[in-house]
Amino acid sequence: MMSTVVTRPDPVAAVDWSNAENALGYRPGDVINIGWHCSDRICQEGRAAKTALIWEDAAGASRTYTFDDLRVHSNTIADFLAGLGVQPGERVCLFMDRIPELYFGFLGVLKMGGIAQPLFSAFGDESLMTRLANAGTTAIITQRKHVAKVRKIRAALPDLRHVIVVDAHDAPLREGETAFDLDRAPRVERFEVFPSTAETPSVLHYTSGTTGLPKGAQHVHYSLISQYLTAKVVLDLKENDIYWCNADPGWVTGTSYGIIGPWSNGTTQVVLDSGFSADRWYAFLAKHRVTVWYSAPTAIRLLMREGAAVAKHHDLSALRHLASVGEPLNAEAVIWSRETFGHPFHDTFWQTETGCIVITNLPGMPIKPGSMGKPFPGITAAVIDPKTYEPCTAPGRVGLIGLRPGWPSMIRGYWHNPDGYARKFVNGWYLCGDRASIDPDGYFWFVGRDDDVINTGGHLVGPFEIESALLEHPAVAESAAVATPDLVNMEVVKAFVALKPGITGDEDLELDIMNFVRKRLSPLAMPQAIEFVTSLPKTRSGKIVRRVLRAQEFGEPVGDISTLMDE
Amino acid sequence: MDELKKVILDYVVKEYLEEGDDRVVGADTPLITGGIVDSFSMVSLKRFLERRYEIRIPDGEATPDAFDSVDRIALLVERFRAVKA
Repeated sequence: MMSTVVTRPDPVAAVDWSNAENALGYRPGDVINIGWHCSDRICQEGRAAKTALIWEDAAGASRTYTFDDLRVHSNTIADFLAGLGVQPGERVCLFMDRIPELYFGFLGVLKMGGIAQPLFSAFGDESLMTRLANAGTTAIITQRKHVAKVRKIRAALPDLRHVIVVDAHDAPLREGETAFDLDRAPRVERFEVFPSTAETPSVLHYTSGTTGLPKGAQHVHYSLISQYLTAKVVLDLKENDIYWCNADPGWVTGTSYGIIGPWSNGTTQVVLDSGFSADRWYAFLAKHRVTVWYSAPTAIRLLMREGAAVAKHHDLSALRHLASVGEPLNAEAVIWSRETFGHPFHDTFWQTETGCIVITNLPGMPIKPGSMGKPFPGITAAVIDPKTYEPCTAPGRVGLIGLRPGWPSMIRGYWHNPDGYARKFVNGWYLCGDRASIDPDGYFWFVGRDDDVINTGGHLVGPFEIESALLEHPAVAESAAVATPDLVNMEVVKAFVALKPGITGDEDLELDIMNFVRKRLSPLAMPQAIEFVTSLPKTRSGKIVRRVLRAQEFGEPVGDISTLMDE
Repeated sequence: MDELKKVILDYVVKEYLEEGDDRVVGADTPLITGGIVDSFSMVSLKRFLERRYEIRIPDGEATPDAFDSVDRIALLVERFRAVKA
């Protein structure tokens, strides 16, 4: 019987984490700072004048920055923060759209020894509050259009000493708010980069779980080793590539592969600060002659919906490698991309906690459409039996995806939540919270989540946070938020709501509740459907059983309901 | 601006423009590509239109392109109002 603990795909068997250490000139115990490696090191290698970033906004305004600009602008922001008195180890939140200051600020925070805490700028004030309070964030860098959300919650955040607005220009700011204009700030050519070492905290990304509030996944500077190597090997980044990662740096893909991976490789990347439009995206790909594109299944399915004919109006001949992340890439999307672009999207699997791609379809590897691929070299992955917590030995058997701990970019903990972190490990395996099977050729096949977390458009949304927001609505007595299937986003949020006595549910109330949650949390967390019910399935101890509702939505068996409370 | 566009525009400004966002939004302002309404929020905007004008917009017609400005949304609403009539 074959073993289903899989360690190495064939095409790049020689790849090892030490390759990255050697390429980056790192030896154990050395100083390692992601901000420096992504900018100063590239300049020292003679690529200072190489384009690092081509940025474009929705209106078509464009700016181009070299790696030397990246070095100086990140120095300037680091120096500004240090001048304000922000100390190494403090959390600095980046709460901006995809504007250049977001990217320079990320590196700047790391250069001054701070912990970068990027948050999605569409978050509402309640989502923001939860994450800033948990992190004890001391400074936030934001834009004028988002500062109102910070003002709403600032009084409840005693640790938040600095609110920095990058585009205040001449607009009046409030006490405790500071204007920072990168174009007018004196250029800081030399900055003493903080001498971080491998285990120095670097980035704090918040991710959702089934229970409780979102958890701060804490990464360290040594994650660079994984992010550099996986970007080079999986995304196949080469010296002359033009690379586009669609992800927003408010999420881990947008930092691991929208900042650290490409820039530590000295790769030119393009950023489009614009919402989705098939024609706009194709025009952007064509205009910049993008060669490597890292996207997401939801975006690909939206493009599919617009039809291949839209793509034919644009010259996309420069594209040579496509990859995808966020949720399972369906076989139809792989086949469609091969027909439309001449190249298949390569599915990659990873999560906030892994920090880097861990299971993947590598360039040159035969793709089985619909499969996640095989473990990246240096990653030992298995499908774990949920009863014995031993690797399943039979191919095709569905179990939990488990990873052997120890790769460089694995999180070092959840912020102020050691118990939550400890629960992720069983019998020596890190459990991702996803279910999969492995076929006889060693390919992994995604089956679904193993918990109540909702994966919508590639982003994980926790039901508890949604239910907490729903309870704040004056009409809601109790609620349950579950996933429901969606053709484009794979899953979307559906809420089952029991109303307070005397209140009747109708379409107006449904819309009001949807907007209520959207503004407090985020558009992702907004229930796209609300079903008014008289009661919710509960255990005899009164705990709402979401799995019953979820199973109904997916047309699956509801399982054992003997412990549920009788109506 | 006709009444239909005004109703849609007022709703967009009230519901989707963040407090403190001082952008001037007009009937031709890009909403989706401009980052004012995203593809998730589109669902609530579609729901509002359907409720207000007593129409049903099929999901296949509610594309980011069709919702990218008040002008385009108004065209869509007019089309489905005509179908209903």
